[in-house]
Amino acid sequence: MDAVAAFLPYFFQGIWVTLQIFVLGLALALVVAFLTGLGRMSPVRLIRWPCAVFIEVFRGTSAIVQLFWFFYALPLFLDIRLSPLLAGVLVLGLNQGSYAAEVVRGAVQSVPRTQWEAATALNMPKGTTLRKVILPQAFVGMLPPLGNVAIDLMKNTSLVSLVTVLDLTYRAQLIRATTGETTIIFGILVVVYLILTNAISLLRRTLERRMPAGLAYAPGKE
Amino acid sequence: MYWDWNFAWQSVPTLLEGLWVTIQLTLGGSVLALLLGLLLAILRRTPFAPLRWLIGAIIEVLRGTPFLVQLFFVFYVLPKYGIQLPVLATGIIVLGLNYSAYTAECYRAGIEGVPQGQWEAGKALNLSTGRIWRAVILPQAIPRVIPALGNYVNQMFKDSAIVGAIGLFELLTTAKQIGGLTYRYLEPLTMAAALFLAISYLASIGVRRLERRMGAAGELAEPAAADSAAAGRS
Repeated sequence: MDAVAAFLPYFFQGIWVTLQIFVLGLALALVVAFLTGLGRMSPVRLIRWPCAVFIEVFRGTSAIVQLFWFFYALPLFLDIRLSPLLAGVLVLGLNQGSYAAEVVRGAVQSVPRTQWEAATALNMPKGTTLRKVILPQAFVGMLPPLGNVAIDLMKNTSLVSLVTVLDLTYRAQLIRATTGETTIIFGILVVVYLILTNAISLLRRTLERRMPAGLAYAPGKE
Repeated sequence: MYWDWNFAWQSVPTLLEGLWVTIQLTLGGSVLALLLGLLLAILRRTPFAPLRWLIGAIIEVLRGTPFLVQLFFVFYVLPKYGIQLPVLATGIIVLGLNYSAYTAECYRAGIEGVPQGQWEAGKALNLSTGRIWRAVILPQAIPRVIPALGNYVNQMFKDSAIVGAIGLFELLTTAKQIGGLTYRYLEPLTMAAALFLAISYLASIGVRRLERRMGAAGELAEPAAADSAAAGRS
């Protein structure tokens, strides 16, 4: 136990690395989700098809396969060398973004057609309709599944330890190898991840409660 | 860009050996997750509260921590207490345990979708609780969640690549090894990714077809309940 205690400050510095990857990855995932999720519904084929291919490819392989590809194969493919941290953020953002894209699409499609028709009747341009009428209503339905995406993203940050990013998991492995106190350090690691994922669900619940009431369409009470 | 088709095709036979290990992992993990998940879902409805809390806590921990960390935990901690398992067995057990938490929620949605009247009718006919489960509830609850369970099996197939982290030569690790030996990562990793993509894409088409057939057959099914379970693991 004393052996581990000496390493604890080093271990807990890993939280910042994990959080950094999580926040940057989530930001990228949200941008990707809205771009490709809406793009997949575009009437223009040249936009719709690439978005659909992107989503299917990134959902059809797992984050770890993509991570290894970006880390080991991409430098040979395009002569781009990414730092491990950047590769991690990029892969997690694109991977979870492709899942979130389907969430965005599903939520937008579940807003009743009449909302589009009403906007058309008011002579509102398509873009404005999407921004001012459809998305604000769709967002209520997106929040719970996007919370799941964020939790998955948090758990997947542990994968970057496999490409030598010094996150919580990597540091726990180092401490295990140095001290041999396997049970204690992995026990602490499990508890830290539990706290992090539960913090995200708590945040989601708070956001859900604060969602504006009185929309024409509310999921669950159609 | 240095793509060499010859080298790409040469690596395929070795990759297929890795794929076989991946399939063993997926099948073993699926059997475990499908059985254990059902057990957890049923036990979670026991009238004995402490057992209910315990099951709830187990599911909470399994869902709240990364699969990789669970894998490391079992791989490094169990031997400390004298339990030595082969790597493949460790992979199957952790994969099955991890996903049982998700399948349990899935079964739960199916079980809660069976109308209360079915329980009452079973009791009125003086059936034992076990008999009501076996003959009345489960035959109605399970078919409607089969597509969602199929999604989890597909997800398990993709996630099984993580088991390479404890030294099992499944598809991804095999590709990485070829890359390490030849200093050419691009072709084997791309071919491995293509294999993952092709199989999981076909599987997802299969699941979608199953969904449509189930949708036509199971009018009792409450789509909202099944959906929220499927969204549990995006």
